[in-house]
Amino acid sequence: MEKSLSWREFIITRLIQTSGYSAILFVALIFFFLLREGLPTLTEVDMSSLLNIRWYPIEDYFGILPLITGSLVVTLGAALIAVPFGIGTAVYISEIAPRWMREILKPLVELLGGLPSVVLGFLGILVLAPFLRVFLNLPTGLTALTGSLLLGGIAVPTVVSVAEDALDSVPRAYREGAWALGATKWQTIWRVTLPAARSGVLTAVMLGIGRAIGETMTVMMVTGNAPVLAIKLGSLFSPVRTMTATIAAEMGEVANGSTHYHVLFFIGMVLFIISLVVNIIASSVVFRAKKRAERILS
Amino acid sequence: MMTKFLSRNRYVVQRIGFTAITLMVILTMLPIVGTILFIIYKGGSAISWEFLSGFPHDGMRAGGILPAIIGTLYLTLGTAFFSVPLGIAAAIYLAEYAKDNQLTRLIRLAIINLAGIPSVVYGLFGLGLFVLFLQFGTSILAASLTLSIMTLPVIISTAEEALRAVPQAFRTVSISLGATRWQTISRIILKEALPGILTGVILGLERAAGETAPILFTGAAFFLPRLPQSPFDATMALPYHLFVISTQVPEMPIQIQYGTALVLMVFVLTMNVIATVIRSRARAKRQW
Repeated sequence: MEKSLSWREFIITRLIQTSGYSAILFVALIFFFLLREGLPTLTEVDMSSLLNIRWYPIEDYFGILPLITGSLVVTLGAALIAVPFGIGTAVYISEIAPRWMREILKPLVELLGGLPSVVLGFLGILVLAPFLRVFLNLPTGLTALTGSLLLGGIAVPTVVSVAEDALDSVPRAYREGAWALGATKWQTIWRVTLPAARSGVLTAVMLGIGRAIGETMTVMMVTGNAPVLAIKLGSLFSPVRTMTATIAAEMGEVANGSTHYHVLFFIGMVLFIISLVVNIIASSVVFRAKKRAERILS
Repeated sequence: MMTKFLSRNRYVVQRIGFTAITLMVILTMLPIVGTILFIIYKGGSAISWEFLSGFPHDGMRAGGILPAIIGTLYLTLGTAFFSVPLGIAAAIYLAEYAKDNQLTRLIRLAIINLAGIPSVVYGLFGLGLFVLFLQFGTSILAASLTLSIMTLPVIISTAEEALRAVPQAFRTVSISLGATRWQTISRIILKEALPGILTGVILGLERAAGETAPILFTGAAFFLPRLPQSPFDATMALPYHLFVISTQVPEMPIQIQYGTALVLMVFVLTMNVIATVIRSRARAKRQW
């Protein structure tokens, strides 16, 4: 009895430990398979044509610059919406709203986070794009701006929940100290609470941007998918094509092992590395802030 | 005089600031509520027994969406089958066993990164590993495995949080009564943390049910005349079906599109609401 108990304990402990390590394994596996299928690109397509402005795979033009600029334009637009609205909402929920209001707003924001991106893309096609076309008098409503508006909405819940967590974890004594010195609630928010939560808010912004740059279905459905270089200001009002949309739209039609297939994996590799960098920076900001807080408290 | 002016001024600034932020919140919330109500309003009339229980016909321009509903159900259950045990076990490791060292930090970093990887990249990975390398083909199995890796970070981080919220005293008492570590975890800690874990599981699966990009090349079928028979069959799925009928099929009746969007939204948001209710109930009932 004793012995079987300790054996079971041993095996279960090992199983749990292995599950714990699995996250590392999965990240490694993902990276490995992206490299395996994506790296042949570098031998099949030379660097100068890869960094070209023409994406036309049928005739072997694999310039990924239009896709990168397309992703950047749409993401930048989304960030310009998600950051102020997200942080504003987080400040409202954590600092201004009465309790009952908070209980309504938080689940609502989570509800937005749960809406499938394909539903938002669907509404984008049927409602937002026609509206923008008429409202801004454009030849088509399927533009980078349409994508940015919807992506902004998709990124808002991420920004709100992380920023609100950060604001929440600012000790109450900070606020009380400011009020005792005669600061208004507004001054306290701007000069005490937000600066104290700075690193967490920065993380929220980074994660929101990461969410936006990786979003696929919505942008594929509403940005028009024209692979043109998007570096002028007017690009916001014309069709663009993002990296994610290119993979999603073309992967289904390529032959496994072809150059086009490898290039699509190569783009996936670039996306993976971007998200890796964004997340490592975001989490190191958090770690550093935590360390500082521990130093102050001890 | 000056101070009086200033102090009144401060309150004017506060008034303006609060109004501006309230306006922003309204501008953020209105589209959310509007979107949900709009889809219910537009799609409601499409919902009928025939729509929910019939197969699509006439090039999907008529009939029902049963295979897509069943497909999404299969994919969600398949995802749960892999990600729930693995996710909870990983959470137990992080909350109960892991020491605060370099390796644990690496695990946490890996989880954060898993959470941030674009969904379409998961699709590529699933295609490379499950569909081609392991030769599962375009199948429910390959899609479920891909989705389960994607949902892992959500499940792990919420479950870990729930486990950590159980007070240390529970562990101390249980161990002092002679229970082993695993007995303590399985009979005491897991029971106390169950609502929190359940919330995390549902939120993770909700994401899996609504995703399209990861299943595009791993398991989704454009159209199937019958229901999938085994885990090695491809399947139709609600999100992919909505994508197909709103972009790939010309002259698609708008009614069916809105109806499909409504069914998908209800499917996903019901899970969301259930998770929220479980969490708030557990919070209200908690005695520690």
